[in-house]
Amino acid sequence: MGPLIPLGIIDASWNNVFAILIGIAFGFILESSGFSSSRKLAGVFYGYDFTVLKVFFSAAITAAIGLYYFYYLGWIDINMIYVNPTYLGSAIVGGIIMGLGFIMGGYCPGTSYCGAAIGKIDAIVFSFAMMAGIFVFSEFYPFFEDFYNSGFLGNITVYDTLGISVSLFMIILIAIALAAFYATSLIQKKVKKVDY
Amino acid sequence: MNDKSKIYWNPYFGGVMLGLLLLVTFYITGRGLGASGAAKSTVVATISKVAPEHAQESTYYSKFISDDAHPLNQWLVFEVIGILAGALLSGALSNRLKFKVEHSPKISPGRRLAFAAFGGIAFGIGSQFGRGCTSGAALSGMASLSLGGFIAMLSIFGSAYVFAYFFRKNWI
Repeated sequence: MGPLIPLGIIDASWNNVFAILIGIAFGFILESSGFSSSRKLAGVFYGYDFTVLKVFFSAAITAAIGLYYFYYLGWIDINMIYVNPTYLGSAIVGGIIMGLGFIMGGYCPGTSYCGAAIGKIDAIVFSFAMMAGIFVFSEFYPFFEDFYNSGFLGNITVYDTLGISVSLFMIILIAIALAAFYATSLIQKKVKKVDY
Repeated sequence: MNDKSKIYWNPYFGGVMLGLLLLVTFYITGRGLGASGAAKSTVVATISKVAPEHAQESTYYSKFISDDAHPLNQWLVFEVIGILAGALLSGALSNRLKFKVEHSPKISPGRRLAFAAFGGIAFGIGSQFGRGCTSGAALSGMASLSLGGFIAMLSIFGSAYVFAYFFRKNWI
């Protein structure tokens, strides 16, 4: 029965060992999928390379289906799986600023570490600039503390918010993903190729 | 142009591998993957070293400072050390290790680095408002079917599509 560490089946002292092993696999998969290249990542926004959408969507769906199969099979206590809290306004504003950062910088945090690891100087600059951004946020935090904590909706799931069952939501999500994979394959054929 | 350094995994294969890793991570730790949290821990550790009183007084840094553990003694910090090692290994196996500024031939390396810096600053600020980035908030949040995960994904990618028009000369 999982999750193993929160339930004490594996001792918590192993947590950081797993962190390194999981991180190695994470970095290896991202780099092997091309996520160390900003020009490949940016392709999703200009239609010349939809790798980001394909990897991101198939990963989220694989993990979500897996989690709920583990739950149905009694292998995991789904109530102990962390559902991150929703602070509506702060989440949307944060997302918009991150989107701007993504299109200017060509990376997100995880992918910038991958680019930095293989010697991309732009990724190294992005990584350190990100820390500068976090520093700026922290110093000015008192000015937007109220906004940061507003719109708290709890640790809620998307299917509860929509008022539908988890299985119906999953079917809809898979249908959207398949439609997106098909539509983007058509778009990519029409967009002028970018050599990078 | 089909040298070995340009050959990446099939994206659906990469996606399923990433999804399985995420599933294993949830099964072992009860939580998903992350990335920006390690940068935050680094900032907190630096400030509490350089200006300990300022860090203690700050309403933000002080949330992440405790007496029993160093600010860098965080799961995500160890995970990111792993990310660097894993990406280095993958890059080495595929002949992709090289110091370079990757940029469109239409722009100068200096312009690329300036925009990488602007983008990094914005992403750093945004990831604090969003309580996580593309990995922790969007990807892991979507996998656990949290509302926040879907909001993060839609607002990050939605806004990048809107802003893409204004920055197109940097990329295409």
